[in-house]
Amino acid sequence: MANDKSSMQLITRGILSENPIFKLALSMCPAVGISTTVMNGIMLGIAVLFVQVFSSVTISLFKNLIHPRIRIPTYTLTIATWVTVIDLVLAAYMPEAYAKMGIFVKLIVAFAIITMRLEMFACKESVNDSFWDGLGMGLGFMVGMVVIGFVRELLGSGMILGYDVLGFKPLLFFILPSAGFFVVGLMMAFFNWIEVYYKRSKGLK
Amino acid sequence: MMTLAHTKYIVLAALIFCLTPIFSQAEGLIADQKFKADNEIFVTFSGAVDRAVAENIANYTVFEEPDPDIQLELESATLSEDSTRVSLRFKEPLNTAMTHVVSIRGLAGIDKTTFTVSKSYLGYLFGILISALLINNFVFTKYLGLCVFFGTSKKKETAKGMGVVFTLVMVVSALMSWFFYNFILIPYDLNFLQIVVFIGLVSLTVQAVDTVLRKVNPILFNSFGVFLVLVIANCVIIAVPLILANNNYNVFETFMLALGAGGGFLLALYLMSSVSERMQLAKIPPTFKGLPIAFIVAGQFAMAFLGFSGLQIF
Repeated sequence: MANDKSSMQLITRGILSENPIFKLALSMCPAVGISTTVMNGIMLGIAVLFVQVFSSVTISLFKNLIHPRIRIPTYTLTIATWVTVIDLVLAAYMPEAYAKMGIFVKLIVAFAIITMRLEMFACKESVNDSFWDGLGMGLGFMVGMVVIGFVRELLGSGMILGYDVLGFKPLLFFILPSAGFFVVGLMMAFFNWIEVYYKRSKGLK
Repeated sequence: MMTLAHTKYIVLAALIFCLTPIFSQAEGLIADQKFKADNEIFVTFSGAVDRAVAENIANYTVFEEPDPDIQLELESATLSEDSTRVSLRFKEPLNTAMTHVVSIRGLAGIDKTTFTVSKSYLGYLFGILISALLINNFVFTKYLGLCVFFGTSKKKETAKGMGVVFTLVMVVSALMSWFFYNFILIPYDLNFLQIVVFIGLVSLTVQAVDTVLRKVNPILFNSFGVFLVLVIANCVIIAVPLILANNNYNVFETFMLALGAGGGFLLALYLMSSVSERMQLAKIPPTFKGLPIAFIVAGQFAMAFLGFSGLQIF
């Protein structure tokens, strides 16, 4: 099955129209759990990007050898292998950031978004397109994490990437764990509102 | 049905037998030791001891069993009138869920007397259960399993079915993971294969439960079968094996953790679905319809669950 989208379109689709966090509402756990700082978002984003791109390419390479009935276990094991790789690499080279993310790096293995991309895209399309699709989805996840982290870090501790920007702490509440739910919920509502507003201004219902 | 009734008692007796060594740990000089207030350890000696030694806090070293490097600071050591009981007060509250190791220098001429203080083992196990269920609820305080949580918490019936199936798979797969971790991964130094092995085991368990349930109880399968596929996409199910491997839990602790995690998920689903059913009648702004309002409600539950932190029953 040929894919009619260019590599650029595949990437922007992952970031905007099919953003894993805000549009597809998949992989919510880290978006709520460890999005307290921008740095966490970037780190986990890199890990997910790595796993997504390599799993997509691997599955796409071997798509003709995988029997359809065992495809799901194959996906799971492929993802688990790449997660093990990134887990060991991060633990060895970035122990501090790794400690902050805790168990979430290992949990990438259960992220619905990665399995979904393998099932919907990589097992049908060419290696090249799978690579760009994986890159787009990974970046989309990273952008989502960074945006949530930006809001929470700025409002919670008045800092961005550890630098003091505001000089005061507007609302400590945003750093508290349970605020993750509120921030994600409010942001989803905000994007919905933009969409509604945009359609109305164009004269559409 | 006599045999069945007897089996129950035999299993119970075997369980008690297994647990007894843990209760009887008093050593010669030390008759009894226990936590009293949250910053106090109370030690009873088998005879009168030297007041000068027992009341000098420099003679004591106390630490939590997992980290011997961090020594806890004593504030005072007070000996009772008859010189057989000493109460050790600490500057900071103790984490009574941990086993504490206490050593006393120079007591009764012995160079070093060491003993451990811990809560009763059943209480400790129950503590793990309560902790996984309420204090560290996997959905509201650890933020795991959210995809499935938001997907299946629309109706009470679905929530109950999902929760029960989930708890079942959770317990079975956690026990299997524990077995594999302790008897295969550790002896052969294959720790780096954790993720691959655990996710494989979970998939296997789900497949096995699916097959067995289909044959043994088709009616139950018809109502619960659909949830089995969802279980695998849930990160809690892989988080529990990882946690037990991190903490080196034994088989009882593993069982309690898995039960607590499953029960906590069931509780969270049930609470959320009750609210969701009421929300269908409420007037919600159009931009908040669907997921956004669900997130806000979950956030409020999470705040409520913060109130459980610090809860101690035993």
